[in-house]
Amino acid sequence: MNTSDQVSIRRSMLGRARGRGAARAGFALWWTQRVTAVALVPLTLWFISAIISLESASRADVAGWLHSPLALALMLALIVATFWHMAIGLGEVIADYVHGEGTKLAALLVVRGLSVLLALLCAIAALRLGL
Amino acid sequence: MVAFNLPANSRLRPGRSHPAPAGAKQVREFRIYRWDPDAGENPRTDSYAVDLDTCGPMVLDALIKIKNEVDPTLTFRRSCREGICGSCAMNIDGQNTLACLKPIDEVKGAVRISPLPHMPVVKDLVPDLSQPYAQLRSIEPWLQSETPPPPDGERLQSKEERAQLDGLWECILCFCCSTSCPSYWWNGDRYLGPAVLLQAYRWIADSRDEATGARLDALEDPFKLYRCHTIMNCTDTCPKGLNPAKAIGAIKQMMAERQV
Repeated sequence: MNTSDQVSIRRSMLGRARGRGAARAGFALWWTQRVTAVALVPLTLWFISAIISLESASRADVAGWLHSPLALALMLALIVATFWHMAIGLGEVIADYVHGEGTKLAALLVVRGLSVLLALLCAIAALRLGL
Repeated sequence: MVAFNLPANSRLRPGRSHPAPAGAKQVREFRIYRWDPDAGENPRTDSYAVDLDTCGPMVLDALIKIKNEVDPTLTFRRSCREGICGSCAMNIDGQNTLACLKPIDEVKGAVRISPLPHMPVVKDLVPDLSQPYAQLRSIEPWLQSETPPPPDGERLQSKEERAQLDGLWECILCFCCSTSCPSYWWNGDRYLGPAVLLQAYRWIADSRDEATGARLDALEDPFKLYRCHTIMNCTDTCPKGLNPAKAIGAIKQMMAERQV
């Protein structure tokens, strides 16, 4: 039971059910989660087949492969879709299971911060190799 | 955080045993959750041996027989005994259903009965459903229309428009679905749950209702609607064979269609 539960002991059940009303949000996250999921199917298959075809390739070979604008664009799209999808999915898990407001906020900030940081690291690595 | 263990004062203890009457041939054991708010004790599981030769075919028949002949303190809700009032919703053999529609024959071994999961218990098999009732009230489950009805009759629907309500109007609000939903267990104070969302869609889908936009606005919320992850326990458990998950999917689709 959190603090707001304790002060609302005398509140009517309808008042509690209505709460603060609808946030008029949630659709964008729901939609983005599905769009990134669908996009990740071809992107991941492409990435796996590329990795297989680059087996035992040298660093110069990989850099040459990633130098193609199409390969680099697909690689960046894969990175963005992966970490965006990951951040939304972990955010959903946190919303489902973490109930303390402070803990929830901290967990969401860590997940989103780490997702952005990891995505930037991957993107910079790909750009350095490919450009 | 989510609780994986019951609180200490909710843990089940073994209870009393009531043997079958002498001479009973076809005996079945019923293990029933018991809790008395006035006793100050933990809940317990009482065992009742029932002679099926002198008992009706449904689980509710056995409960009534136990209450009439063995233990008048056993407390449960029931009214119509034909699956239309929704009063006798409880968890039987691990699944939420109506005791009046559940044949004893369908259960193998002892028949385990407990109240609808994750609701406060009033006594024995009676859960406190104030929260889902208030959530139902919050979605305003009545026809809303600014256009007055025709002076010479009722508001008409085509057969196709009326067919949109099939699979929705049959819901009897027993809350078997909501209390089987993990999202409702973990976030029942904010997530509306499958029963209430199916009711919301029943009015969204009604061709006579003019408040569709306001109804969608009132549901567009990360918790009220989008805690549904299509787990489908609701559809699996519905004793009326309805599909709340499909109704929730239809609401999400309408949300998408008005933005994309």
